[in-house]
Amino acid sequence: MTDTAAQPRHIPDRLHGSLHRTLRSWEALLLLVAVAIFILNSFASPYFLNAWNLSDATFNFTEKAMIAFAMALLIISGEIDLSVASTIALTSTAMGLALQYGAGTPELVVVGLTVGLLCGAFNAVFVTILGLPSIVVTIGTMSLFRGISYIILGDGAFRGYPDSFSWFGQGYVWWVITVEMVLFAIIAIIYGILLHKTNFGRAVYAIGNNSTGALFSGIRVQRVKFMLFLLTGLMSGVAAICLTSRLGSTRPSIAQGMELEVVTMVVLGGVNILGGSGSIPGVVIAAFVMGLVTFGLGLLNVPGIVMSIFIGLLLIGVIAIPRIVAMIANKRSRP
Amino acid sequence: MAERTAPVVSMDAITKTFPGVRALDAVRLDLHAGEVTALVGENGAGKSTTVKILTGIYRPDGGTIRIDGEPVTFDSVNAASDAGITAIHQETVLFDELSVAENIFIGHAPRTPLGFIDRAEMQREAAKLLQSIGAPFDPRTRLKDLGIANRHLVAIARALSVDARVVIMDEPTAALSQKEITELYELIETLKSQGKAILFISHKFDEIFRIADRYTVFRDGAFVGDGRIDDINEDDLVRMMVGRSIDHIFPERNSTATEEVLQVTGYNHPTEFADINFKLKRGEILGFYGLVGAGRSEFMQSLIGITKPSKGVCKINGKIRVIRSPADAVSNGIVYVPEDRGKQGAIIGLPIFQNVTLPSISRTSRNGFLRLAEEFALAREYTSRLDLRAASLDQDVGNLSGGNQQKVVIAKWLATKPQVIILDEPTKGIDIGSKAAVHEFMAELAAEGLSVIMVSSEIPEVIGMSDRAIVMRDGRIVAELEDDDLTPETLVRHAAGISTEPQLERA
Repeated sequence: MTDTAAQPRHIPDRLHGSLHRTLRSWEALLLLVAVAIFILNSFASPYFLNAWNLSDATFNFTEKAMIAFAMALLIISGEIDLSVASTIALTSTAMGLALQYGAGTPELVVVGLTVGLLCGAFNAVFVTILGLPSIVVTIGTMSLFRGISYIILGDGAFRGYPDSFSWFGQGYVWWVITVEMVLFAIIAIIYGILLHKTNFGRAVYAIGNNSTGALFSGIRVQRVKFMLFLLTGLMSGVAAICLTSRLGSTRPSIAQGMELEVVTMVVLGGVNILGGSGSIPGVVIAAFVMGLVTFGLGLLNVPGIVMSIFIGLLLIGVIAIPRIVAMIANKRSRP
Repeated sequence: MAERTAPVVSMDAITKTFPGVRALDAVRLDLHAGEVTALVGENGAGKSTTVKILTGIYRPDGGTIRIDGEPVTFDSVNAASDAGITAIHQETVLFDELSVAENIFIGHAPRTPLGFIDRAEMQREAAKLLQSIGAPFDPRTRLKDLGIANRHLVAIARALSVDARVVIMDEPTAALSQKEITELYELIETLKSQGKAILFISHKFDEIFRIADRYTVFRDGAFVGDGRIDDINEDDLVRMMVGRSIDHIFPERNSTATEEVLQVTGYNHPTEFADINFKLKRGEILGFYGLVGAGRSEFMQSLIGITKPSKGVCKINGKIRVIRSPADAVSNGIVYVPEDRGKQGAIIGLPIFQNVTLPSISRTSRNGFLRLAEEFALAREYTSRLDLRAASLDQDVGNLSGGNQQKVVIAKWLATKPQVIILDEPTKGIDIGSKAAVHEFMAELAAEGLSVIMVSSEIPEVIGMSDRAIVMRDGRIVAELEDDDLTPETLVRHAAGISTEPQLERA
């Protein structure tokens, strides 16, 4: 090597310290948005800064966020699952059926988690073993899973879940802290560790940036993707348990349209829709942002249709603004 | 000759910086009508950045570009091509699903009076262009059905179709066989006679001295010198490039290989290759020579479990091993450094250190949890051994020059501590300085007991580095050469399947 290198150069591990990187991150910008919305809300409505109201507001996002964490990993790996809301419908229907056969709370939970996993496995087989594009497969299963629920339930509904089952969606752990909030926090931490601290998470990033390169590097690409679909199905199962418990009934229209809100949350959290980058802290903050916006507008009696306009504008705005700023900066620096 | 002295394009004091790297520092470059200017420099000298500025992909931070003496700025790729500048890149962007004619005319297809694309006219024009460069395929062929050399011809036809005044050829011969290179030279002569200014980027000195009229040398993003090619010799040019002279001699090696590491028997694939048998000894360098498309890469990729379906027996240290995936290959101590660095080698988007540790992650981690300190240590150990040039180890590998990316990819595989390393065209498209370093390094590895399989299309490399060489043709092994039998003539004869002495292009 002495031929080309006069002196081996010293390359530092990192060019910038962790503070510098944190301040310039997407998460920092998003946190700023969250704080701004919080302050705006507390001025806009006298009922906003009330612990019980704020606690109620968390139901706006806790269930969606549970799925969003798994979805974030899936999208970072370059895949997507649009069947999550329909998985909730099918899972909830299965739990309702189990209830008719006399299942108690533990059995209901087992059924919920199992059906969620099976739905994820169904998607996984088509995407990873048959090699079909996930967006097509999961648009298909989106119709399929909910269709089954409609066939089983028709216009009807399953009711009469046991009182102990209502703990998941209606229970409090301490003061205003709900069971769902605690579940949300635990799942956030688990996924944060999984994505950012483990070999599995590293593989997810590698696949999302270059799946061929990852395969050549000895990563079992299809196995990782299979796992990600299973995890997303499992999280849909958990969300189904919480939502069914909170509503106390199962209708086939349960969680209708939720898949887009989940994807919105993930993208707002800074996950690249094309895969390769994103973080769990980003999704956590995005969950709060969406929850705060919905809650604040609700307090101001803004109807749901208008709310969805706000969420849409927020998403486009937060994604577009950094790009616009960069374009202006680029123009200025031109000679 | 007066018009030859005024440059068509003149870049002056061009500067371009990227985060942490000054890619170009006040360089200048003149291109003259009817002449070939060779841009010479090591990897990272700023050649690709210069091309991207000339074609409007990057905007310079400072300096002026003049066309016929008039200052211009290129706001977009279209602005550059409207000004008559066209480029054939190292990895030209072509469209797999479109036909050859559509690829040639994309963006400037002939139109009918109603504004629709005039397909008939497009086919005719495309056929004419293809014929003029001796391309042996129909313009209606889908691009994905063409091999790499033919794709290159499409890229050249595309460059010619825009009626360019300036043609940039970035490593045009890297993927071509000797015969195709000769045809390319004829093509360049035609372009010269039409008065086009040609910027020719190559690492091969014989090509530069064969085809160029002028040269410009960059080193580490700075201008070093220029002049007429007749006024300089190879040694002086090398000295300008690297700042000191490099002797071309391949590293001295004395192989005492005896112990057998790898034995491959009866490897077959339905279409790509058949009946592959060979043995590899510890500390041996085994060359694989052949023309482009002889099935060498396909076989290597099947050995590590990528190309399927293939059949055959692979014994490592005398034991039969079933390798179904690259992961199996890594755990059995066989690694493959692919030729297609951008797609298969580097993971663009991930930092350098994560690229290096990716296949060794189980060693730097504990119970499946990452340990960043270990990762940085491993990455530092191997990247410094390869003399990587980078701003920091957490820099995106995509911001590195081609040669430095290659170093990261090789570091990645060495970090797995393999028994057998397969290098597919390890010095393709890298400069002469890095090339010598890679050769030196291969010799070092072999001396340490690593067995090396080197797939190479460069005859001096095969002869200079290999203890033994296997020649493949049409998916089969046609010769195994060593000692006195291993000569340029025997290699070429077996690879081309001819008995007479072939004509060799040699400067």
